[in-house]
Amino acid sequence: MNNPIENLSKLFDSRIKLGIMSILMVNDETAFNALKELLVITDGNLASHLKALEENKFIKMQKKLLGTKTNTVYKITPAGSKAFKAHLQALEKIIGKLK
Amino acid sequence: MSDFVNSAGQLQHIKNMMERSSRFISLSGLSGVSAGICALAGAALAFPFVYGAKDHRISEPHSIDYNFLFDWDFLFNSWLFWIAIATLVGAVLFAFLFTWRKSKLQGLAIWGAAARRMLINLLIPLVAGGLLVLKLAGMGQFILLAPVTLLFYGLALINAAKYTLGEIRYLGYCQVILGIVSLWWPSYGLYFLAFGFGILHILYGGVMWYTYEKNPPSVHDE
Repeated sequence: MNNPIENLSKLFDSRIKLGIMSILMVNDETAFNALKELLVITDGNLASHLKALEENKFIKMQKKLLGTKTNTVYKITPAGSKAFKAHLQALEKIIGKLK
Repeated sequence: MSDFVNSAGQLQHIKNMMERSSRFISLSGLSGVSAGICALAGAALAFPFVYGAKDHRISEPHSIDYNFLFDWDFLFNSWLFWIAIATLVGAVLFAFLFTWRKSKLQGLAIWGAAARRMLINLLIPLVAGGLLVLKLAGMGQFILLAPVTLLFYGLALINAAKYTLGEIRYLGYCQVILGIVSLWWPSYGLYFLAFGFGILHILYGGVMWYTYEKNPPSVHDE
């Protein structure tokens, strides 16, 4: 984490991770299955992307009990929200410069 | 240049994901068209009872029993009540069918957080207006039925517009304006209802279908 900008852009370079962050920005919480459906990917693939974001403390997982089933939901953290906004601003700056 | 393409692509992807996840985007234009056709059919059925000589009562009422909540005896004894119920059931059924079909084509679940949010926000003004309409009808205040129905329906659409394809907001504005205008033409209530629920639904549904569904994008297209 000595160069946060490099770390940040690397994380958001992935379309899936960028998609997860976009979805969690506008929803209070989103279930694993809903994410899977929105991003059209497999369980294993989604799980690995979620894990990477979780390790960076950009998102947090919560297990909820629904009768006998558990429902895994994800939320964005304040740090994740801040990083996403910074990333958006950077994108807008690049476009503003090149236009 | 590749930076620009990459950044623009990323922004497009972000926007797409935010929209897909927070709005109910399976609402089909054909749902609007079919609801409009049901409304016109209902209006045609109701016409002779409202403007013609036909008696809307199913049988002579045997007793006048004032009910504090809703005057169900009076409502159940009216052909107009049953025509309204049949029109509503038909419109909702067809609307659901076409939207269900669209969600299948899109590969999205029809029931999720987005659908729930849209439905709750639609139903709050709609149920409130529906109860008011029932009470007004039970009290014999027929003159206010068309304006109140159109106004509350319009407000319900505007309220739900944040949670589905945003264009439905304009249909809501039109219904509200129509409802207010109809206050000054009380004897033309059924015409206003037929225009609002029939013609406007068909127009809106047609435009939406033409814009979004005529050439549907594939499921994996982003």
